[in-house]
Amino acid sequence: MVQKLDMLKETPSQTAGPYVHIGLTPNWCGIDGVYPEDLGRVMVGPQAEGERITVTGRVLDGSGTPLKDALIEIWQADAAGLHNSPVERRGAADPHFSGWGRQPTDGVTGEFRFETIKPGRVPYKDGRLQAPHITFWIVARGINIGLHTRMYFADEEAANAECPVLARVEHKVRVPTLIAPRSEGKDGVAYTFDIRLQGEKETVFFDV
Amino acid sequence: MADKDTNAIRDMGSFYQRDRAWHPPAFTPQYKTSVLRSPQHALLSMEGTVSEMTGPRFGHGQLGPLDNDLIHNFSRDGEPIGQRIIVHGRILDENGRPVPGALLEFWQANAGGRYRHKREAYLAPLDPNFGGCGRTITDDDGRYWFRTIRPGAYPWPNGVNDWRPAHIHFSIFGHAFTQRLITQMYFEGDPMIWQCPIVSTIPDRAAAEQLIAALDRNNTLPMDALAYKFDIVLRGRRSTLFENRMEGN
Repeated sequence: MVQKLDMLKETPSQTAGPYVHIGLTPNWCGIDGVYPEDLGRVMVGPQAEGERITVTGRVLDGSGTPLKDALIEIWQADAAGLHNSPVERRGAADPHFSGWGRQPTDGVTGEFRFETIKPGRVPYKDGRLQAPHITFWIVARGINIGLHTRMYFADEEAANAECPVLARVEHKVRVPTLIAPRSEGKDGVAYTFDIRLQGEKETVFFDV
Repeated sequence: MADKDTNAIRDMGSFYQRDRAWHPPAFTPQYKTSVLRSPQHALLSMEGTVSEMTGPRFGHGQLGPLDNDLIHNFSRDGEPIGQRIIVHGRILDENGRPVPGALLEFWQANAGGRYRHKREAYLAPLDPNFGGCGRTITDDDGRYWFRTIRPGAYPWPNGVNDWRPAHIHFSIFGHAFTQRLITQMYFEGDPMIWQCPIVSTIPDRAAAEQLIAALDRNNTLPMDALAYKFDIVLRGRRSTLFENRMEGN
């Protein structure tokens, strides 16, 4: 026998199930009067710095059907590349931008929608800059452990080309699964990011 | 103040690699919905960057006084039917250190096993006085508690006669987005735990047992509510002590 390391094991994950909205977006699913509003619904204050953008998309299963019961959280830096987090050591983030959003996919169309700002660049562990990105975390019925991925911006070609995280994707043909095209219309700047859980264009998911 | 400084240093190390064998895999055919919703490529392993080692933090000021009281936070004309219980425990990291300031959100069915959700079709009735959601933030020692009623078991469409054991869903934010976790709590002594296709997605029985809350008679409120104790462990991080010394400090 040897001495014990005395480490605890992480609590195992279980699926969020079909009724995740009761806990995480109760107002959205008709349970009103318990909380004044759902957490993460609004990310951007009127005085926030940076370019306003809308991010929409769907989460598609292996048959190409959009999930109508998924819940997505995003986490990102502000326009200057700083996170609104007490463990951010590099400086104070924009107090008018939370950096964290939570939205369900629509019960009819399966579309999700975040109103946010385009993030600045954040360093990799060796100091090189990562390309601007938004971290995504996806849970739903049938997903046993939350899926981490990232959305990058199609109009950041130069930054994407030198991003040390994108460089780690061995099969370059899969990199476009992480890059959202940009469009500009009467409602402003929008990015579309479809997440494919399975199939030919399966999104790259991270063990991070 | 010293404690805060210590925590600041603790909050800088990288996270231990997640033990994926302790968690359920993505593809678990006994839980049929997972079949088309499970990624088939290997996950891309990456040491966390600032993007994942930071995370949102929530303040006590964002919570209401009844948020951790599911017996009263949806009450319309009285209290919900059911066995009154208190659920309490600690949020720890893999090093055994408490995680203060962690946001916990929980949701559950009512005593009859019915969820308050438009997609729910089970014939058991809604309880007009039970919403089924609550939340709290851990104190400086990582402790939390809430009051609720014990949820009922219910059938679900998987096999033609599959039932979920009584359970409460938990969502937990630690200090970093990479610690984000959703899980379910089960109740000591329930034989249905070991018949459940969703519990069985966890490969190791000892890991599944980590989700079973113990009946805690010492914290039971006499003539009021039974108590269950449910500790939750989030991912832990390295001490930066060694890393600093290697740089010649």
